[in-house]
Amino acid sequence: MAKALLTLRVNGERQTVAAEPHHTLLEVLREDLGLTGTKHGCELGECGACTVLVDGVPVLSCLTLPSEIGDAEVTTVEGLAKGPELHPLQTAFAEEAAAQCGYCTPGMLLSAKSLLDHTTAPTREEMAEAIAGNLCRCTGYTAIYEAIDKAAERIREKQPAGARS
Amino acid sequence: MLRLPRFRMEVPRTLDEAARVLRELGAGQQDPGTTGMPGMKVLMVAGGTDVYPNMKRRQLTPEVLVSLRRALARDVRADGPSAGVTIGAGATLSSVSAHPVVRSRYAALAMAAGLVSTPQLRNMGTIGGNVCLDTRCNWYDESQFWRTAEGFCMKTHPNVVCRVATSSPRCLAVASADTVPALLALGATVRIQSAQGERSVDLGELYREDGIRYLTIARDEIVSAVELPPAEGWRSTYLKLRDRGSFDFPIVGLAAAVRMDGERVAGARVALTAVASRPILVDAAAAALRGSRLDDAAIEAAAEAAFKAARPMDNTSGTIAQRKRTVSVFATRALRELRERRAEAA
Repeated sequence: MAKALLTLRVNGERQTVAAEPHHTLLEVLREDLGLTGTKHGCELGECGACTVLVDGVPVLSCLTLPSEIGDAEVTTVEGLAKGPELHPLQTAFAEEAAAQCGYCTPGMLLSAKSLLDHTTAPTREEMAEAIAGNLCRCTGYTAIYEAIDKAAERIREKQPAGARS
Repeated sequence: MLRLPRFRMEVPRTLDEAARVLRELGAGQQDPGTTGMPGMKVLMVAGGTDVYPNMKRRQLTPEVLVSLRRALARDVRADGPSAGVTIGAGATLSSVSAHPVVRSRYAALAMAAGLVSTPQLRNMGTIGGNVCLDTRCNWYDESQFWRTAEGFCMKTHPNVVCRVATSSPRCLAVASADTVPALLALGATVRIQSAQGERSVDLGELYREDGIRYLTIARDEIVSAVELPPAEGWRSTYLKLRDRGSFDFPIVGLAAAVRMDGERVAGARVALTAVASRPILVDAAAAALRGSRLDDAAIEAAAEAAFKAARPMDNTSGTIAQRKRTVSVFATRALRELRERRAEAA
């Protein structure tokens, strides 16, 4: 079967790529666009390692076909930093040792970003719910909660007074 | 890499177009009981959270996928405080569980939709997809490698025995949708569209006690919407047993709804999932509750009826005894909870 031309919006850039039509978004991101930050784990929707944001909503790229998302904006872990400046979650994850082997980290960061986009003062319960679809076999999750807490605090500090949620 | 098999994708823009495409492709003539699930050449897909994993494991190997993503409505429409609601089949499970009208008037549905798998899968999976969810079994939901080594089963190869009970004349795979018992308890109907036109059926009539031919509708009929009657006076809840607190399919799911008239139960429904090849509306449990004061004796009788109706097999997690017992424990807990709670619509 011939490759098909796809146009995707990834991390703020419009990309046109020739890809096999039966390849998932995960495969296209990693193999055709060279964005290997998104990890392939179980590839069956059970582990969350391949989580990306589509229009800000966490979804699994291993079960998404690029042809179905049309013009939606895809955010991968490569799109979190602004130039040399890391996202507060990335800094906090590094400082709190919230990554050990690091394989779940890109997906975890994106699920956490979606949470902090909605609230900058999440409870531990809200954090647990937000990352319920991201398996981590190393950390025991405690360091991850602490890193999300720290990032949320830094985001709150940067917000103008009155804008806090 | 666990890749999808090659297929062609059709993405119709409207329901009429989808129905026409399905008829032209001959989807309605397919019979998984004759060909096995991998023999189904034309399949519909909405969120893809169940179809794509099954394709990766080669339980499904369609030549054409008809994506309903553009054609299906995805809104929750409530026409007024005393009217029912219509949920487009393309509504994601996240949007259903978060919808204020669903949360306030149809609690069991909000709870069930919110307990399906993980946040990511709820952001992708749809209510229509959950209603049409493929049945599951320890012998079916395995990799191609595992099934090649261990031996295939009736659901993929109709000339092979059922591995769960080798003398069973039918497939024993388990109905595993969370939202279905909630919808049954709330009295849902589904709207079905095909090239022949549109019709509505009671949700309970959509299912059959057969793990392969688990839906009664033809394979070119599209579940386009779920309709719920007015919820005035009803209160409802859903309880789910699964291996882990997130991720997993139910190994028991129970929904209960009651409507009180003063001190007495005027209407009741108790529905089960994951304990048979079809979801079960337990009429005997409802009969035990109607006219009662929702007292302990009536609740015990309803729980006993639900226990009797559950027929779990040894083909998912947990043991048969544990899952059957859980049904009666859940029935008791759910009905006591409803006794305590104020009528939601009040």
